[in-house]
Amino acid sequence: MHLDHPEVFPERYAHSAAEPGSRALRVGLGGPVGSGKTATVAALCRALRDRLRIAVVTNDIYTREDADFLLREAVLPPERIAAVETGACPHTAIRDDISANLEAVEDLEAAVGPLDLVLVESGGDNLTATFSRGLVDAQIFVIDVAGGDDIPRKGGPGVTTADLLVVNKTDLAPYVGSDLDRMARDAAAQRGDLPVVFTSVRAEAGIDPVASWVESRLAAWTAVGV
Amino acid sequence: MSEVQQQPGRGFPGGYGQGPRAALLLLADGRFPAGGHAHSGGVEAAVADGRVHDAASLAAHCRGRLHTTGLVAAALAAAATAGADPLGLDQAADARTPSAALRTVSRRLGRQLLRAARAVWPAPALDDLAAALPRGAHQPVVLGLAAAAAGLGPLDAAYAAAYESVSAPATAAVRLLGLDPFHAAAVLARLAAETDSVAAEAAAAGRRAAADGPGTLPAPGAPLLDVLAEAHAAWPVRLFAS
Ligand SMILES: Nc1nc2c(ncn2[C@@H]2O[C@H](COP(=O)(O)OP(=O)(O)O)[C@@H](O)[C@H]2O)c(=O)[nH]1
Ligand SMILES: [Mg+2]
Repeated sequence: MHLDHPEVFPERYAHSAAEPGSRALRVGLGGPVGSGKTATVAALCRALRDRLRIAVVTNDIYTREDADFLLREAVLPPERIAAVETGACPHTAIRDDISANLEAVEDLEAAVGPLDLVLVESGGDNLTATFSRGLVDAQIFVIDVAGGDDIPRKGGPGVTTADLLVVNKTDLAPYVGSDLDRMARDAAAQRGDLPVVFTSVRAEAGIDPVASWVESRLAAWTAVGV
Repeated sequence: MSEVQQQPGRGFPGGYGQGPRAALLLLADGRFPAGGHAHSGGVEAAVADGRVHDAASLAAHCRGRLHTTGLVAAALAAAATAGADPLGLDQAADARTPSAALRTVSRRLGRQLLRAARAVWPAPALDDLAAALPRGAHQPVVLGLAAAAAGLGPLDAAYAAAYESVSAPATAAVRLLGLDPFHAAAVLARLAAETDSVAAEAAAAGRRAAADGPGTLPAPGAPLLDVLAEAHAAWPVRLFAS
Protein backbone atom coordinates (compact mmCIF):
# COMPACT_ATOMS: atom_id res chain seq x y z
CA MET A 1 0.00 0.00 0.00
CA HIS A 2 2.40 2.70 1.20
CA LEU A 3 6.13 2.55 0.79
CA ASP A 4 7.02 4.64 3.78
CA HIS A 5 5.55 2.97 6.84
CA PRO A 6 6.14 -0.75 6.91
CA GLU A 7 6.95 -1.16 10.61
CA VAL A 8 4.57 -1.42 13.50
CA PHE A 9 5.40 0.17 16.84
CA PRO A 10 2.10 0.68 18.65
CA GLU A 11 3.97 1.67 21.82
CA ARG A 12 4.96 4.90 20.08
CA TYR A 13 1.51 6.15 20.75
CA ALA A 14 1.99 6.12 24.48
CA HIS A 15 1.00 9.66 25.30
CA SER A 16 4.14 10.80 27.05
CA ALA A 17 5.50 9.83 30.42
CA ALA A 18 5.47 6.15 31.32
CA GLU A 19 5.72 4.15 34.52
CA PRO A 20 9.13 4.43 36.17
CA GLY A 21 11.49 1.72 35.01
CA SER A 22 9.37 0.70 32.01
CA ARG A 23 11.68 2.47 29.57
CA ALA A 24 14.95 4.41 29.49
CA LEU A 25 15.44 7.21 32.00
CA ARG A 26 15.14 10.56 30.19
CA VAL A 27 17.31 13.37 31.47
CA GLY A 28 17.02 16.92 30.13
CA LEU A 29 19.94 19.37 30.04
CA GLY A 30 19.01 23.03 29.96
CA GLY A 31 20.76 26.33 30.52
CA PRO A 32 22.07 29.41 28.71
CA VAL A 33 23.90 29.18 25.39
CA GLY A 34 27.57 28.33 25.85
CA SER A 35 27.39 27.19 29.47
CA GLY A 36 28.63 23.71 28.57
CA LYS A 37 25.54 21.60 27.94
CA THR A 38 27.00 19.85 24.91
CA ALA A 39 30.33 19.41 26.70
CA THR A 40 28.42 17.82 29.61
CA VAL A 41 26.52 15.51 27.26
CA ALA A 42 29.77 14.49 25.56
CA ALA A 43 31.55 13.85 28.84
CA LEU A 44 28.58 11.90 30.26
CA CYS A 45 28.54 9.69 27.19
CA ARG A 46 32.25 9.00 27.50
CA ALA A 47 31.96 8.28 31.20
CA LEU A 48 28.90 6.03 31.02
CA ARG A 49 28.76 4.48 27.55
CA ASP A 50 30.64 1.31 28.53
CA ARG A 51 28.12 0.53 31.25
CA LEU A 52 24.90 2.00 29.86
CA ARG A 53 23.01 1.99 26.59
CA ILE A 54 22.75 5.72 25.80
CA ALA A 55 21.17 7.91 23.13
CA VAL A 56 21.08 11.70 22.74
CA VAL A 57 18.52 14.16 21.33
CA THR A 58 19.76 17.68 20.55
CA ASN A 59 17.57 20.78 20.06
CA ASP A 60 19.76 23.31 18.33
CA ILE A 61 18.45 26.76 17.75
CA TYR A 62 20.09 26.47 14.38
CA THR A 63 19.99 22.76 13.77
CA ARG A 64 22.73 20.20 13.84
CA GLU A 65 25.59 22.15 15.46
CA ASP A 66 25.38 20.18 18.69
CA ALA A 67 24.62 16.90 16.96
CA ASP A 68 27.56 17.47 14.61
CA PHE A 69 29.88 18.25 17.53
CA LEU A 70 28.88 15.00 19.24
CA LEU A 71 29.41 13.13 15.98
CA ARG A 72 32.81 14.72 15.41
CA GLU A 73 33.86 13.86 18.92
CA ALA A 74 32.56 10.34 18.28
CA VAL A 75 31.06 10.11 21.76
CA LEU A 76 28.32 7.81 20.41
CA PRO A 77 27.66 6.06 17.10
CA PRO A 78 25.66 8.32 14.73
CA GLU A 79 22.49 6.23 14.92
CA ARG A 80 22.28 7.09 18.63
CA ILE A 81 22.15 10.86 18.08
CA ALA A 82 19.05 12.66 16.79
CA ALA A 83 18.54 16.38 16.14
CA VAL A 84 15.19 18.12 16.49
CA GLU A 85 14.29 21.38 14.74
CA THR A 86 12.65 23.90 17.03
CA GLY A 87 11.20 26.57 14.72
CA ALA A 88 13.28 29.30 16.39
CA CYS A 89 11.68 28.58 19.76
CA PRO A 90 13.84 26.11 21.69
CA HIS A 91 11.91 26.50 24.92
CA THR A 92 8.64 25.64 23.16
CA ALA A 93 10.07 22.35 21.94
CA ILE A 94 11.05 21.19 25.44
CA ARG A 95 8.15 22.59 27.42
CA ASP A 96 4.99 23.82 25.66
CA ASP A 97 4.88 21.42 22.72
CA ILE A 98 7.09 18.40 23.26
CA SER A 99 5.75 16.41 20.28
CA ALA A 100 8.89 16.42 18.14
CA ASN A 101 11.18 15.61 21.05
CA LEU A 102 8.99 12.74 22.23
CA GLU A 103 9.06 11.34 18.74
CA ALA A 104 12.80 11.66 18.46
CA VAL A 105 13.23 9.79 21.75
CA GLU A 106 10.83 7.07 20.70
CA ASP A 107 12.39 6.76 17.25
CA LEU A 108 15.79 6.25 18.87
CA GLU A 109 14.36 3.63 21.20
CA ALA A 110 12.78 1.86 18.23
CA ALA A 111 15.92 2.05 16.09
CA VAL A 112 18.66 1.21 18.60
CA GLY A 113 16.77 0.26 21.78
CA PRO A 114 16.28 -0.93 24.37
CA LEU A 115 18.12 1.93 26.05
CA ASP A 116 19.03 2.74 29.64
CA LEU A 117 19.48 6.50 29.34
CA VAL A 118 18.32 9.20 26.91
CA LEU A 119 19.89 12.65 27.25
CA VAL A 120 17.86 15.54 25.79
CA GLU A 121 19.87 18.75 25.34
CA SER A 122 17.83 21.93 25.00
CA GLY A 123 18.71 24.56 22.43
CA GLY A 124 20.07 26.92 25.03
CA ASP A 125 17.87 29.82 25.72
CA ASN A 126 17.39 31.88 28.81
CA LEU A 127 17.07 31.31 32.52
CA THR A 128 13.35 30.58 32.36
CA ALA A 129 13.52 27.56 30.07
CA THR A 130 12.70 24.27 31.78
CA PHE A 131 11.67 20.86 30.52
CA SER A 132 8.14 19.48 30.63
CA ARG A 133 7.70 16.48 32.92
CA GLY A 134 5.97 14.86 29.98
CA LEU A 135 9.31 14.78 28.17
CA VAL A 136 11.98 14.09 30.80
CA ASP A 137 12.09 12.33 34.15
CA ALA A 138 14.80 14.55 35.57
CA GLN A 139 16.56 17.72 34.51
CA ILE A 140 20.01 19.22 34.87
CA PHE A 141 20.49 22.97 34.57
CA VAL A 142 23.97 23.99 33.43
CA ILE A 143 25.30 27.50 34.08
CA ASP A 144 28.92 28.62 34.14
CA VAL A 145 31.03 30.88 36.29
CA ALA A 146 31.88 33.13 33.35
CA GLY A 147 28.24 33.99 32.64
CA GLY A 148 28.13 36.15 35.77
CA ASP A 149 28.35 35.03 39.40
CA ASP A 150 24.99 36.67 40.12
CA ILE A 151 23.02 34.08 38.12
CA PRO A 152 22.30 31.83 41.14
CA ARG A 153 21.09 34.88 43.07
CA LYS A 154 18.77 35.90 40.22
CA GLY A 155 17.15 32.48 40.37
CA GLY A 156 14.50 31.62 37.78
CA PRO A 157 12.86 28.24 37.22
CA GLY A 158 15.99 26.51 35.88
CA VAL A 159 18.30 27.52 38.71
CA THR A 160 15.62 27.10 41.37
CA THR A 161 13.85 23.88 40.42
CA ALA A 162 16.21 21.74 38.30
CA ASP A 163 16.94 18.37 39.88
CA LEU A 164 20.66 19.10 39.57
CA LEU A 165 22.36 22.48 39.13
CA VAL A 166 25.78 22.29 37.48
CA VAL A 167 27.98 25.38 37.82
CA ASN A 168 30.51 24.70 35.07
CA LYS A 169 33.91 26.12 34.04
CA THR A 170 35.24 26.58 37.57
CA ASP A 171 38.68 26.59 35.90
CA LEU A 172 37.82 30.04 34.57
CA ALA A 173 36.79 31.54 37.93
CA PRO A 174 40.18 33.18 38.65
CA TYR A 175 40.21 34.85 35.24
CA VAL A 176 36.71 36.29 35.34
CA GLY A 177 36.75 37.14 39.03
CA SER A 178 33.75 35.00 39.97
CA ASP A 179 33.14 34.45 43.66
CA LEU A 180 32.40 30.72 43.92
CA ASP A 181 31.54 30.84 47.61
CA ARG A 182 28.96 33.46 46.98
CA MET A 183 27.54 31.45 44.05
CA ALA A 184 27.29 28.40 46.32
CA ARG A 185 25.54 30.37 49.09
CA ASP A 186 23.09 31.94 46.61
CA ALA A 187 22.37 28.57 44.98
CA ALA A 188 21.70 26.95 48.33
CA ALA A 189 19.36 29.80 49.27
CA GLN A 190 17.42 29.36 46.01
CA ARG A 191 17.38 25.57 45.96
CA GLY A 192 17.10 24.37 49.52
CA ASP A 193 18.14 20.71 49.58
CA LEU A 194 18.39 20.26 45.81
CA PRO A 195 21.96 19.34 44.78
CA VAL A 196 24.52 21.69 43.21
CA VAL A 197 27.80 20.65 41.59
CA PHE A 198 30.73 22.99 40.92
CA THR A 199 33.01 21.53 38.25
CA SER A 200 34.81 21.87 34.94
CA VAL A 201 33.27 19.21 32.78
CA ARG A 202 36.14 19.43 30.31
CA ALA A 203 38.75 18.73 32.96
CA GLU A 204 40.03 15.25 33.77
CA ALA A 205 37.37 13.54 35.96
CA GLY A 206 35.41 16.81 35.95
CA ILE A 207 32.26 15.02 34.86
CA ASP A 208 32.41 12.47 37.69
CA PRO A 209 30.04 14.19 40.14
CA VAL A 210 27.46 14.66 37.37
CA ALA A 211 27.86 11.07 36.19
CA SER A 212 27.37 9.76 39.75
CA TRP A 213 24.23 11.82 40.10
CA VAL A 214 22.86 10.40 36.82
CA GLU A 215 23.71 6.88 37.96
CA SER A 216 21.89 7.36 41.25
CA ARG A 217 18.82 8.67 39.40
CA LEU A 218 18.99 5.67 37.11
CA ALA A 219 19.27 3.27 40.05
CA ALA A 220 16.17 4.83 41.62
CA TRP A 221 14.35 4.70 38.28
CA THR A 222 15.01 1.03 37.60
CA ALA A 223 14.38 0.07 41.25
CA VAL A 224 10.83 1.41 40.98
CA GLY A 225 10.35 -0.51 37.74
CA VAL A 226 11.03 -4.02 39.10
CA MET B 1 -7.97 -3.06 7.73
CA SER B 2 -11.70 -2.62 7.40
CA GLU B 3 -12.00 -2.40 11.18
CA VAL B 4 -10.77 1.15 10.88
CA GLN B 5 -13.58 2.03 8.55
CA GLN B 6 -16.24 3.83 10.45
CA GLN B 7 -19.65 5.31 10.18
CA PRO B 8 -20.21 8.84 11.41
CA GLY B 9 -20.40 8.64 15.17
CA ARG B 10 -18.97 5.14 15.46
CA GLY B 11 -15.87 5.08 17.60
CA PHE B 12 -16.56 8.55 18.99
CA PRO B 13 -18.00 8.24 22.49
CA GLY B 14 -18.85 11.94 22.80
CA GLY B 15 -21.27 11.76 19.87
CA TYR B 16 -20.27 12.99 16.46
CA GLY B 17 -20.98 16.64 15.75
CA GLN B 18 -22.62 16.93 19.16
CA GLY B 19 -19.77 18.40 21.17
CA PRO B 20 -19.14 21.96 22.29
CA ARG B 21 -18.14 24.31 19.46
CA ALA B 22 -15.47 25.86 21.63
CA ALA B 23 -13.47 22.66 21.07
CA LEU B 24 -12.76 24.11 17.61
CA LEU B 25 -10.90 26.99 19.21
CA LEU B 26 -8.69 24.54 21.04
CA LEU B 27 -8.06 22.41 17.96
CA ALA B 28 -7.24 25.42 15.78
CA ASP B 29 -5.10 27.20 18.39
CA GLY B 30 -1.53 27.47 17.19
CA ARG B 31 -0.46 26.57 20.72
CA PHE B 32 -2.25 23.23 20.65
CA PRO B 33 0.69 20.89 21.40
CA ALA B 34 0.82 18.91 18.18
CA GLY B 35 4.20 19.88 16.75
CA GLY B 36 3.06 22.65 14.40
CA HIS B 37 5.26 25.35 15.93
CA ALA B 38 8.37 23.89 14.31
CA HIS B 39 6.92 24.10 10.78
CA SER B 40 6.81 27.24 8.64
CA GLY B 41 4.20 26.26 6.06
CA GLY B 42 6.77 26.67 3.30
CA VAL B 43 7.64 30.21 4.31
CA GLU B 44 11.23 29.57 5.42
CA ALA B 45 12.13 28.37 1.94
CA ALA B 46 10.10 31.15 0.32
CA VAL B 47 11.87 33.77 2.43
CA ALA B 48 15.28 32.40 1.48
CA ASP B 49 14.20 32.47 -2.16
CA GLY B 50 13.33 36.15 -1.81
CA ARG B 51 9.68 35.51 -2.59
CA VAL B 52 8.26 36.39 0.82
CA HIS B 53 9.76 39.56 2.28
CA ASP B 54 6.93 41.72 3.60
CA ALA B 55 3.26 41.65 4.53
CA ALA B 56 2.05 41.82 0.92
CA SER B 57 4.21 38.93 -0.26
CA LEU B 58 3.23 36.96 2.85
CA ALA B 59 -0.42 37.54 1.98
CA ALA B 60 0.19 36.22 -1.53
CA HIS B 61 1.94 33.15 -0.15
CA CYS B 62 -0.88 32.45 2.28
CA ARG B 63 -3.56 33.01 -0.31
CA GLY B 64 -1.95 30.62 -2.76
CA ARG B 65 -1.56 28.04 -0.05
CA LEU B 66 -5.15 28.43 1.13
CA HIS B 67 -6.65 27.78 -2.30
CA THR B 68 -4.38 24.85 -3.16
CA THR B 69 -2.95 22.63 -0.45
CA GLY B 70 -5.21 24.34 2.09
CA LEU B 71 -8.31 23.27 0.20
CA VAL B 72 -6.99 19.74 -0.23
CA ALA B 73 -6.18 19.45 3.48
CA ALA B 74 -9.52 20.91 4.49
CA ALA B 75 -11.45 18.51 2.23
CA LEU B 76 -9.49 15.53 3.53
CA ALA B 77 -10.14 16.61 7.11
CA ALA B 78 -13.85 17.15 6.47
CA ALA B 79 -14.13 13.77 4.77
CA ALA B 80 -12.50 12.08 7.77
CA THR B 81 -14.91 13.81 10.13
CA ALA B 82 -17.82 12.87 7.88
CA GLY B 83 -16.95 9.19 8.26
CA ALA B 84 -14.95 8.35 5.12
CA ASP B 85 -12.52 5.44 5.47
CA PRO B 86 -9.37 7.01 6.97
CA LEU B 87 -7.08 4.59 5.16
CA GLY B 88 -8.60 5.48 1.81
CA LEU B 89 -8.22 9.14 2.69
CA ASP B 90 -4.63 8.54 3.67
CA GLN B 91 -3.91 7.18 0.22
CA ALA B 92 -5.79 10.07 -1.33
CA ALA B 93 -3.52 12.43 0.62
CA ASP B 94 -0.44 10.62 -0.70
CA ALA B 95 -1.74 10.98 -4.24
CA ARG B 96 -2.33 14.71 -3.70
CA THR B 97 1.10 15.42 -2.20
CA PRO B 98 3.72 15.24 -4.97
CA SER B 99 6.68 16.21 -2.77
CA ALA B 100 8.14 13.26 -0.87
CA ALA B 101 9.47 15.70 1.73
CA LEU B 102 5.99 17.07 2.33
CA ARG B 103 4.51 13.56 2.52
CA THR B 104 7.01 12.76 5.24
CA VAL B 105 6.25 16.01 7.06
CA SER B 106 2.51 15.42 6.83
CA ARG B 107 2.82 11.93 8.33
CA ARG B 108 5.11 13.16 11.07
CA LEU B 109 2.68 15.93 11.97
CA GLY B 110 -0.16 13.43 11.75
CA ARG B 111 1.57 11.19 14.24
CA GLN B 112 2.20 14.10 16.57
CA LEU B 113 -1.38 15.32 16.32
CA LEU B 114 -2.68 11.80 16.93
CA ARG B 115 -0.63 11.57 20.11
CA ALA B 116 -2.07 14.85 21.34
CA ALA B 117 -5.63 14.04 20.26
CA ARG B 118 -5.58 10.65 21.96
CA ALA B 119 -4.59 12.30 25.20
CA VAL B 120 -7.05 15.19 24.87
CA TRP B 121 -10.10 13.53 23.25
CA PRO B 122 -9.74 9.77 23.74
CA ALA B 123 -11.75 7.78 21.20
CA PRO B 124 -11.58 4.23 19.82
CA ALA B 125 -11.42 5.57 16.26
CA LEU B 126 -8.14 7.34 17.09
CA ASP B 127 -6.72 4.16 18.64
CA ASP B 128 -7.72 2.22 15.53
CA LEU B 129 -5.95 4.69 13.26
CA ALA B 130 -2.80 4.53 15.41
CA ALA B 131 -2.82 0.75 15.19
CA ALA B 132 -3.45 0.73 11.43
CA LEU B 133 -0.82 3.39 10.55
CA PRO B 134 1.79 3.36 13.30
CA ARG B 135 4.25 5.41 11.26
CA GLY B 136 1.70 8.17 11.10
CA ALA B 137 -1.34 8.99 9.00
CA HIS B 138 -1.45 12.22 7.00
CA GLN B 139 -2.08 15.19 9.25
CA PRO B 140 -5.41 16.33 7.68
CA VAL B 141 -6.86 12.83 8.10
CA VAL B 142 -5.88 12.82 11.76
CA LEU B 143 -7.22 16.35 12.11
CA GLY B 144 -10.59 15.22 10.79
CA LEU B 145 -10.77 12.29 13.19
CA ALA B 146 -9.59 14.48 16.06
CA ALA B 147 -12.37 16.93 15.24
CA ALA B 148 -14.90 14.10 15.32
CA ALA B 149 -13.46 12.89 18.62
CA ALA B 150 -13.89 16.41 19.96
CA GLY B 151 -17.54 16.27 18.97
CA LEU B 152 -17.10 18.63 16.01
CA GLY B 153 -18.51 18.28 12.50
CA PRO B 154 -17.00 18.25 8.98
CA LEU B 155 -17.27 22.02 8.48
CA ASP B 156 -15.42 22.58 11.75
CA ALA B 157 -12.62 20.26 10.66
CA ALA B 158 -12.43 22.06 7.32
CA TYR B 159 -12.13 25.38 9.15
CA ALA B 160 -9.32 24.10 11.33
CA ALA B 161 -7.35 22.80 8.33
CA ALA B 162 -7.98 25.85 6.14
CA TYR B 163 -7.02 28.26 8.89
CA GLU B 164 -3.92 26.27 9.72
CA SER B 165 -2.81 26.49 6.07
CA VAL B 166 -2.48 30.27 6.46
CA SER B 167 -1.71 30.70 10.15
CA ALA B 168 1.44 28.56 10.05
CA PRO B 169 3.20 30.70 7.39
CA ALA B 170 2.07 33.92 9.06
CA THR B 171 3.47 32.91 12.45
CA ALA B 172 6.74 31.73 10.91
CA ALA B 173 7.11 34.92 8.88
CA VAL B 174 6.99 36.95 12.08
CA ARG B 175 9.91 34.93 13.43
CA LEU B 176 11.90 34.80 10.20
CA LEU B 177 11.48 38.34 8.90
CA GLY B 178 10.92 40.25 12.11
CA LEU B 179 7.66 41.19 10.41
CA ASP B 180 5.43 43.41 12.51
CA PRO B 181 3.12 40.92 14.24
CA PHE B 182 0.15 43.28 13.79
CA HIS B 183 0.71 43.24 10.04
CA ALA B 184 0.87 39.45 10.03
CA ALA B 185 -2.38 39.25 12.00
CA ALA B 186 -3.97 41.71 9.57
CA VAL B 187 -2.98 39.44 6.68
CA LEU B 188 -4.92 36.61 8.32
CA ALA B 189 -7.86 38.88 9.08
CA ARG B 190 -8.09 39.95 5.43
CA LEU B 191 -8.08 36.30 4.35
CA ALA B 192 -10.92 35.41 6.71
CA ALA B 193 -13.72 35.58 4.14
CA GLU B 194 -11.76 33.48 1.67
CA THR B 195 -10.96 31.02 4.45
CA ASP B 196 -14.71 30.75 5.04
CA SER B 197 -15.45 29.92 1.43
CA VAL B 198 -12.60 27.42 1.18
CA ALA B 199 -13.85 25.71 4.35
CA ALA B 200 -17.41 25.56 2.98
CA GLU B 201 -16.24 24.15 -0.35
CA ALA B 202 -14.04 21.63 1.47
CA ALA B 203 -16.84 20.53 3.79
CA ALA B 204 -19.11 19.85 0.81
CA ALA B 205 -16.34 17.93 -0.93
CA GLY B 206 -15.63 16.00 2.24
CA ARG B 207 -19.25 14.95 2.66
CA ARG B 208 -19.36 13.90 -0.98
CA ALA B 209 -16.18 11.85 -0.56
CA ALA B 210 -17.65 10.14 2.48
CA ALA B 211 -20.51 8.99 0.28
CA ASP B 212 -18.79 8.44 -3.08
CA GLY B 213 -15.21 7.63 -2.14
CA PRO B 214 -12.03 9.70 -1.85
CA GLY B 215 -11.44 9.88 -5.62
CA THR B 216 -13.87 12.78 -5.79
CA LEU B 217 -11.81 14.94 -3.46
CA PRO B 218 -10.33 18.13 -4.95
CA ALA B 219 -6.68 18.01 -5.97
CA PRO B 220 -5.31 21.49 -6.70
CA GLY B 221 -1.58 21.77 -6.22
CA ALA B 222 1.06 24.45 -5.76
CA PRO B 223 4.11 23.25 -7.70
CA LEU B 224 6.40 25.94 -6.31
CA LEU B 225 5.58 24.91 -2.72
CA ASP B 226 6.53 21.36 -3.66
CA VAL B 227 9.77 22.40 -5.35
CA LEU B 228 10.79 24.70 -2.50
CA ALA B 229 9.90 22.04 0.09
CA GLU B 230 12.19 19.54 -1.62
CA ALA B 231 15.03 22.07 -1.59
CA HIS B 232 14.36 23.04 2.02
CA ALA B 233 14.48 19.42 3.17
CA ALA B 234 18.08 19.24 1.93
CA TRP B 235 19.30 22.40 3.66
CA PRO B 236 21.99 21.54 6.19
CA VAL B 237 20.94 24.37 8.51
CA ARG B 238 17.42 25.65 9.03
CA LEU B 239 15.17 26.97 11.76
CA PHE B 240 12.00 25.13 10.79
CA ALA B 241 11.44 21.46 10.06
CA SER B 242 9.48 22.35 6.91
N1 LIG C 1 37.14 26.49 30.22
C1 LIG C 1 36.15 25.66 30.07
N2 LIG C 1 35.45 25.68 28.91
C2 LIG C 1 34.41 24.83 28.79
C3 LIG C 1 34.03 23.92 29.81
N3 LIG C 1 32.95 23.23 29.38
C4 LIG C 1 32.67 23.67 28.13
N4 LIG C 1 33.55 24.64 27.76
C5 LIG C 1 33.60 25.37 26.48
O1 LIG C 1 32.53 26.28 26.43
C6 LIG C 1 32.07 26.43 25.09
C7 LIG C 1 30.59 26.14 25.03
O2 LIG C 1 30.34 24.80 25.41
P1 LIG C 1 29.10 23.98 24.88
O3 LIG C 1 29.13 22.66 25.55
O4 LIG C 1 29.04 24.00 23.40
O5 LIG C 1 27.91 24.89 25.46
P2 LIG C 1 26.34 24.74 25.23
O6 LIG C 1 25.93 25.85 24.33
O7 LIG C 1 25.75 24.92 26.59
O8 LIG C 1 26.06 23.39 24.67
C8 LIG C 1 32.89 25.46 24.26
O9 LIG C 1 33.93 26.16 23.66
C9 LIG C 1 33.38 24.46 25.30
O10 LIG C 1 34.59 23.85 24.90
C10 LIG C 1 34.81 23.91 31.01
O11 LIG C 1 34.56 23.15 31.96
N5 LIG C 1 35.83 24.81 31.10
MG1 LIG D 1 24.96 22.88 22.99
